[in-house]
Amino acid sequence: MARRILPPLLLLAALLGAWELYVDLGGVDGVILSAPHQIAQSIADDRSLLWSNFLVTLQEVVFGIAIAAVVGVVLAVVIHLYRPLRGAAYPLVVASQTIPVVLLAPLLMLWFGFGILPKVIVVALVSFFSIVVSTLDGLAGVDPQLIKLMRTFDASRWRTLRSVEFPAALPGMFTGTKIAVAVAVIGAVIGEMTGGSGAGLGYLFLLSINQLLTPRAYAAVVILSVFAIALFALLTLAERLALPWAYEPRGERSS
Amino acid sequence: MSRTFISRGSRVEALDGVSLQAGTGEVVAVVGPSGCGKTTLLELICGLQRPDAGTITAEPAALMPQRDLLLPWLSALDNAGLALRAHGIPRAQARAQTAPWLTRFGLAGFEQARPSALSGGMRQRVSFLRTLLAGKPVLALDEPFASLDAITRAEMQGWLGHVLEREPRTVVLVTHDVEEAAMLADRIVVMSPRPGRAVAQVEVPPPRPRRRTDPEVIALREHIYGALGMGS
Repeated sequence: MARRILPPLLLLAALLGAWELYVDLGGVDGVILSAPHQIAQSIADDRSLLWSNFLVTLQEVVFGIAIAAVVGVVLAVVIHLYRPLRGAAYPLVVASQTIPVVLLAPLLMLWFGFGILPKVIVVALVSFFSIVVSTLDGLAGVDPQLIKLMRTFDASRWRTLRSVEFPAALPGMFTGTKIAVAVAVIGAVIGEMTGGSGAGLGYLFLLSINQLLTPRAYAAVVILSVFAIALFALLTLAERLALPWAYEPRGERSS
Repeated sequence: MSRTFISRGSRVEALDGVSLQAGTGEVVAVVGPSGCGKTTLLELICGLQRPDAGTITAEPAALMPQRDLLLPWLSALDNAGLALRAHGIPRAQARAQTAPWLTRFGLAGFEQARPSALSGGMRQRVSFLRTLLAGKPVLALDEPFASLDAITRAEMQGWLGHVLEREPRTVVLVTHDVEEAAMLADRIVVMSPRPGRAVAQVEVPPPRPRRRTDPEVIALREHIYGALGMGS
């Protein structure tokens, strides 16, 4: 573990050091580019403000991903079960990703107000695509021989889905959700910045820039990216605990 | 039975007038080279396809696939009981029904092991048990030991011979392995490729379990090779 973590940490420290030196020795105005120590200072000083806004973004992201996961998996299963729907729904699923979220957020504000709901919808919209696609891949990737085997056991379509296809698609669902995490945080921030709200780290970022409190804007960015990394790590851990078989070496013991 | 496929406008006769009977408790081996229509024949026997001509009077068979196709997330116990679960039997009951069989099949102590922790031979035993527990009158074995190394395969052929002595079942065994057929079958049907036709039927007299070195088994092997057009 230490071996894997140490090199990126060293590189990060070197980059931060160079950044710090550049700002301190180059006489750069802290409002234009804050030095790492100023950002750290802001995280400490503004911790309660950052924390309360973080909680709002956290809710938007978690609820949004949860909705995307449920809707995405259900949609993938339905598309998988009814072949004609695949042709009909799949292009629409793809098309849903071409709608610019930046433009959608203000529209959602018109419909759903300034609360958390329009942001949750933006997060769900940007997250559900990768979940649908990787779940569908997982469901369709089951060995056809296995489906035939279940048929010779007189298994119903539902039973085959439950016992064979759905468990086989679980690693895909996790992969899709992990991919969704990064875009989900971006989606929440876009929702806050363009959807006219009074809370969240995206809102605080914009506010801090306008007030020329640049270190606090950077602090918000740092927290957002640490948050996305933590979510990703949490999902990876959950996957390892829930699906230990997917991580076992494929090798076999000789008899 | 006959079965013709239309593939990109051209007709492919997979099976042409194949007739196959198996008495209760009889092991019928179907031997033939690649392209003799063995997959088609198996799927017809298992009710996964319908013949274009002819009829199937037997109940659809339960399949034992070529690769073990065990589910990697299930224990050996739950894999073996999959057919029971497929019938809607509750998990606890399926486990209780399956556990004694694992012991009988020499898999005691491996109930909770996932397939990745089992040897190739053990996986094939679980796979065979899974098909056996489907409770169908006929078992259709699709080259059951083709994926094993030669030593394990020989072991497993001996094992299957013993199991079928204790648990007689009507078995259709499709194989490329002439020796396997000579070791296990009561009757051997030799197929020719494209279109698949039965070119010879061999009644196998010696009782099981047989030994590879029995003069009768050796003679039988030569006889099958002869029917396949590659006599020595």
